[in-house]
Amino acid sequence: MTQPLALPMEPATWNRGRVGMACLIFGESTFFSVFVVAYLFYIGKSASGPQPSDVLEFPVFATVCLLSSSATAGLAVKALTQSNTVRAGLALALTVGLGAGFLGATANEWFGLIYGHGLTIGTNLFGTTFYSLVGFHAAHVGLGLLMLTLVLGGVLGGKVGAGDSERVEMVTWYWHFVDAVWIVVLTTVYVVGV
Amino acid sequence: MSASTETRVPEAAKRTTAGWSQSLHDWVTTVDHKRLGILYIAAGFFFLVIGGVEAILMRAQLAVPANTLLEPQEFNRLFTMHGTTMVFLVGMPIITGFGNYLIPLMIGARDMAFPRLNAWGFWMFLLGGIVLYMSYFASMGLYGAGTAPDVGWFAYAPLAGKAFSRGNATDYWILGILISGFGSVSGAINMVTTTLTMRCPGMKMNRLPLFVWMMLVVSFLILLALPVLTGAQVMLLFDRFMGAHFFDTQAGGDAVLWQHFFWFFGHPEVYILMIPGFAYASEIIPVFSRKVIFGYSFMVAATIAIGLVAVGVWAHHMFTVGLGKGLSVWFAVMTMIVGIPTGIKLFNWIATLYGGKILLRTPMLFCIGFIGQFLVAGLSGILLSGAPLNWQLSDSYFVVAHFHYVLIGGLVFTIFGACYYWFPKMTGRMLSERLGRWHFWLFFVGFHLTFTTMHVQGVLGMPRRIYTYPAERGWEVWNAISSSGAILQALGVAVFLFALVQAFRRPQWAGPDPWNAWTLEWSTSSPPPAYNFLTIPEVRSRRPLWDLKHPDDPDWEHE
Ligand code: HEM
Ligand SMILES: [Cu+2]
Repeated sequence: MTQPLALPMEPATWNRGRVGMACLIFGESTFFSVFVVAYLFYIGKSASGPQPSDVLEFPVFATVCLLSSSATAGLAVKALTQSNTVRAGLALALTVGLGAGFLGATANEWFGLIYGHGLTIGTNLFGTTFYSLVGFHAAHVGLGLLMLTLVLGGVLGGKVGAGDSERVEMVTWYWHFVDAVWIVVLTTVYVVGV
Repeated sequence: MSASTETRVPEAAKRTTAGWSQSLHDWVTTVDHKRLGILYIAAGFFFLVIGGVEAILMRAQLAVPANTLLEPQEFNRLFTMHGTTMVFLVGMPIITGFGNYLIPLMIGARDMAFPRLNAWGFWMFLLGGIVLYMSYFASMGLYGAGTAPDVGWFAYAPLAGKAFSRGNATDYWILGILISGFGSVSGAINMVTTTLTMRCPGMKMNRLPLFVWMMLVVSFLILLALPVLTGAQVMLLFDRFMGAHFFDTQAGGDAVLWQHFFWFFGHPEVYILMIPGFAYASEIIPVFSRKVIFGYSFMVAATIAIGLVAVGVWAHHMFTVGLGKGLSVWFAVMTMIVGIPTGIKLFNWIATLYGGKILLRTPMLFCIGFIGQFLVAGLSGILLSGAPLNWQLSDSYFVVAHFHYVLIGGLVFTIFGACYYWFPKMTGRMLSERLGRWHFWLFFVGFHLTFTTMHVQGVLGMPRRIYTYPAERGWEVWNAISSSGAILQALGVAVFLFALVQAFRRPQWAGPDPWNAWTLEWSTSSPPPAYNFLTIPEVRSRRPLWDLKHPDDPDWEHE
């Protein structure tokens, strides 16, 4: 009596999956907005050093990784829809690799900031807002990466196929969103903030 | 229409033979939107009783001047827990509960879009509530300071920061609300998705019951506002545990930033709580006036307008901070503009009553009380939105009067109305009309004794959140009356709880449609089967049951 009703995924343009994901993304955007506002609000208000311009470098490698991973994620969905699981698997693997590259670059940056420049979340307002904003974004990349890895595992194990392309596409929506947030973070932290 | 109550025991109400542990198991593991809705509402009433006891304790302390019943610190904990409980653990679950229960039934669907997510949301909410109340037992923490949080329901940082709120009490406040926030957000995702994608054939957006429309707007406001609070709370946690400086004035942090974040959430939040009240009234008033709602599309437009304007008025809670002329004017004017769509709604309800065949059953009594009280609340709100007058009245009992007029006079009254109206649908049993009247009058008189007087205390300069006051200020009489009203309100709620028990001990069965109403939930049995509708209905107008009952004069010929 309390079993969930098994509803098939409707193919219509605005089906449950899409609306649900769009809502989640909307809610997540307002969450990020608070941290962006705090960052902008506190630019130049740190009582002590280091200042952003002393220590930040424009993250070219990370940005290239993340932006191109959106494209490969799109390719993966397209391949899956056409039942081309080999190409889908390849594109997914590439996406996961690029995402991991992004996280690696972030880890490297943080290592340098913490051990090279002594900047932690408690150092000054810059540290506080920087680690929170960039950290929450990185955590979302991590979450997206986890989902993509699961999908990749499913494709390799033959459990995810053309019939699931709609679901996989929702995962990539999330991934595109994380990507879009990065553009905002990049602009806030590395362009406006320095 | 009273003729349509039944004497037969309805099929669905009979299935209570399952054992105790079996039915507990069924309720805990349920993903059925109706059961989750009832769980939400029941949990909300459970916390209502707790929050009510806290209120009674505070009124007892304030009944006479220089009272020593409560320690000052204890008083601070009580108003914090009371406010937090009522907003997050009473208002939020009850509105989500009714939304959950009714939206699928009203749009002709068999469940919410994501049943498991729905269950997850409920348990997250409950966990949040438990975490908040754990503070009473567990928050002595490393410093041995504090039991329950004492920072007020808006927990202004930096006062809620490490330096001024030692111990872990504040952390329980942060975590409890943060966790229950996940529940609210997932509930909102579910309600939007259900409404947008699962309507039955013919249920176009402009045929949606107003209830569903209003819950849709509420859901968007939740998605917009709740994550902002979550973000701010995370910052506060970072400050308290990791030495971050978001609200740390020693390191250049801002003392007002938290207020902006909190009220950017907080003002939409008050509409998140109030619009569902509008939703219940908009369903109940037409049925008991035997008329269609006046100005359907204006109601929808006004709701959307309120939702939009509600996002741009938050700093009317912060006039006394000293916003400067430009911002003060902006927020004052924007706030006054909210009065326009709100007024449209009031006129529409009144116009629905006008010329109607009014049936003063209990749900309708509560709704009529609501109309008058909400009008007063709106007017005191407009008074408060004038920045200069606000400087005088802010943080006085006038503000307490204003928001209790909205939240009790508006929301709680309509919630009670909704309970009497939909209880027959949820259980197949009617609530006693006689007890309902006792409930209404006790609560109504008690409410006005308590809160109408508070306007006077406020104008006489009594600040809010003081644990006692000296005798010669001229406040004694008013406070004594206020406190006596609290007893009547408690009695009213006790009558209500008794009526619930009576409905099970001496059932008076309701048929599928005891009120001769028009929306789809009344077309299925009471209580509805797990699958809601045997065949998915098809609708051609805003009042599908009217069309069914009056084939000679269906609505769709006129809409
Ligand atoms: C016409 C509509 C309304 C107007 C113009 C209005 C205006 C205001 C203003 C200016 C204040 C700030 C008072 C102060 O602290 O100095 C206020 C406080 C408040 N209002 Fe309203 N309001 C309206 C409707 C509502 C509604 C619908 C609700 C809730 C359901 C509500 C709940 C509250 C609460 C809870 C507070 C006090 C918060 C606190 O300080 O703890 N108001 N209102
Ligand atoms: Cu407000």
